Amino acid sequence: MKFVDEFREPELALRLVAQIRETATRRWVLMDVCGGQTHSLLRYGIEVALEDCVELIHGPGCPVCVTSCESIDFALQLAMQPHVIVASFGDMLRVPGSRESLLDVRARGGRVQMVYSPMDAVELARNHPDCQVVFFAVGFETTAPATALAALHAEQLGLDNFSMLVTHVRVLPAMEALLLSPVNRVQAFLAAGHVCAVTGFAEYDVLVDRFRVPVVVTGFEPIDLLQGILGAVQQLEAGGHCVSNCYARSVSREGNINAQKTVETVYEVADRDWRGFGSIRNGGLILRDRFERFDSEKRFATNQMNPISVVNTCLSSEVLSGQIKPPQCPYFGNACTPDSPLGAPMVSSEGACAAYFRYQWLQSK
Amino acid sequence: MMTPDRIEFPTCPVTSFQHDRVMLAHGEGGRLMRKLLRERIAPAISCGNAAISTGIIENDAASFTVNDGDMAITTDSYVVSPLFFPGGDIGSLAVFGTINDLAVSGADPLWLTLGLILEEGLPFELLDRILLSIGTAAKRCGVSIVSGDTKVVPKGVLDKIFINTTGIGRVRDIGSLGSHRLHEGDAILVSGPIGHHGIAVLAAREQLGLNPAPRSDCAPLHESCRCLHNALGRDLHAMRDATRGGVSAVLHEWSEASSHTMKLRESLVPIAPNIRGACELLGLDPLYVANEGTFVAAVSRPAVTRAIEVLQNLDVSRHATIIGEVTKKQSAPVIVERLLGIWQPLDEPSGAPLPRIC
Repeated sequence: MKFVDEFREPELALRLVAQIRETATRRWVLMDVCGGQTHSLLRYGIEVALEDCVELIHGPGCPVCVTSCESIDFALQLAMQPHVIVASFGDMLRVPGSRESLLDVRARGGRVQMVYSPMDAVELARNHPDCQVVFFAVGFETTAPATALAALHAEQLGLDNFSMLVTHVRVLPAMEALLLSPVNRVQAFLAAGHVCAVTGFAEYDVLVDRFRVPVVVTGFEPIDLLQGILGAVQQLEAGGHCVSNCYARSVSREGNINAQKTVETVYEVADRDWRGFGSIRNGGLILRDRFERFDSEKRFATNQMNPISVVNTCLSSEVLSGQIKPPQCPYFGNACTPDSPLGAPMVSSEGACAAYFRYQWLQSK
Repeated sequence: MMTPDRIEFPTCPVTSFQHDRVMLAHGEGGRLMRKLLRERIAPAISCGNAAISTGIIENDAASFTVNDGDMAITTDSYVVSPLFFPGGDIGSLAVFGTINDLAVSGADPLWLTLGLILEEGLPFELLDRILLSIGTAAKRCGVSIVSGDTKVVPKGVLDKIFINTTGIGRVRDIGSLGSHRLHEGDAILVSGPIGHHGIAVLAAREQLGLNPAPRSDCAPLHESCRCLHNALGRDLHAMRDATRGGVSAVLHEWSEASSHTMKLRESLVPIAPNIRGACELLGLDPLYVANEGTFVAAVSRPAVTRAIEVLQNLDVSRHATIIGEVTKKQSAPVIVERLLGIWQPLDEPSGAPLPRIC
């Protein structure tokens, strides 16, 4: 298959592995910040193949994993209201809030609908004029243009039964927060290719200069990942630090201008609570005043609930910041499994704990 | 206002006999129900030459004589949405699905029962299309529908129609099949490219707009299974149709039941480019996606060539190929060789795989 097979070519992959080994004179610490990359690195055995020369740690790259517990609890509460349908991407459905997930409330009679595109949620609202449709707008800069389009479309249609619970997060401020952390171990970043396809990578220049940390824009296929890792190791060995692009077939320096304009029209940058991290300055997107009437939090303001206080034993903040690897968590694989997760990273299809459980844990048992 | 040529009579709340859709009364045992059975259901599904007295209309039960030998019985319920999808519909699925369960058990299908649960308000036009599909599918497989049941439930209780079929077949006397016969070294085959049904139904239900729309592999496997069984005899060890949970579910069940590890090579698993593309797009692994006309077989190593040859001679299994082997028990029940030659466990998902966000 075009655009897939040539980037999974085993011989080329093995050559790149050999080249990375030859280049590295010490074991470098690289971080990916995209759940898709985390899963590919484990699925294709890249992490194991490079174990002796590169330590790959996995950052906060899973959008549902960093969505705050309060936002999920709010969505759960809305789903249980009469005449409300919560529409969500499939990946969010199993993620637990403080007590249960969207699938749990659906089983209790809540109305939860899985959608494949934000536009489907707008259609859902059109087809159910007697219901309020709340779309759970989750994701990084990758999904923000699509949810922004949904808001624009709803505005055009004059829908008064559509709103969005916006929890969009921005990658760059999170990378900055990681580098500022006193326990930071990251020596170079593999930047998330699909985020960069939207945002471009010009904005990484400031980060690179300030922290003297190499950033390599990297794709998702095995060859993409190996080329990204090689690029990062070469920079580290040469003592350099710049932004390089190893995913040029999808990413340009300026990014997707149309998508950026759409996002800019609908959203503005704001501080955001990240699950496991706390508040990150400029770490999220919120609806602009013009789209206030599509803001679920404002529409259902009277329904705001008191935060549920639950003692959470999950070590997701240590996992998401790369301080520990999932198998180092004392609950991994025993108290916490995909069937009974303590936290989001074990249940999301992009979560790091789920990736380790799926691709390594079963083998090591 | 009343005009002389259009006199309006007072309406009467008695069920009309000319409805174009299913009413609750059609399930209440009276004249309407008999009419539904006699005029719609029986003509559509009768094979005409059933050698036994049927329990469709006249009797409460079908009766038949069983000669020497073992019989197999299986039952399955069908609740697919949408009812019609490229490559099939709930009617053909309800026939082929149950026939396939018999076929992979080493039995030649003979008879089916048909349980229909209909939602009040289901248009007859839709019901007729489904019944026609059931009748056509049964004829294609040479099985008779010998007994049935029809219920109607109030609108909203279910989504249009649920179907249950029970199948009875005669077990071939040429060697038993099942996970208890799996041996270390057995080759694992699939009868064709995987993932078609699950992706076709998903694309139709969610209107994914894939062009051309993927088609379900929904098809009867009894001929393929019979030919393979006859040709291989005791060299054929086990067969399973890879329905819900896909090939992965079959291999996990075999592993659990036989205490062996199933080993497959990702590069050998046949997947059509359009299905692979859809799976890549949605973040789904084709090994977990449902099939309705594809089975997995385990055969003794010396019989592999013959098995592939037999299967490839039949249309429904013309792309049959080897994908792995049965090995002695390792740490994981199913392992798969990925790129870079690294072996990894194949996880069993908790439920249906959910598409990712980006």
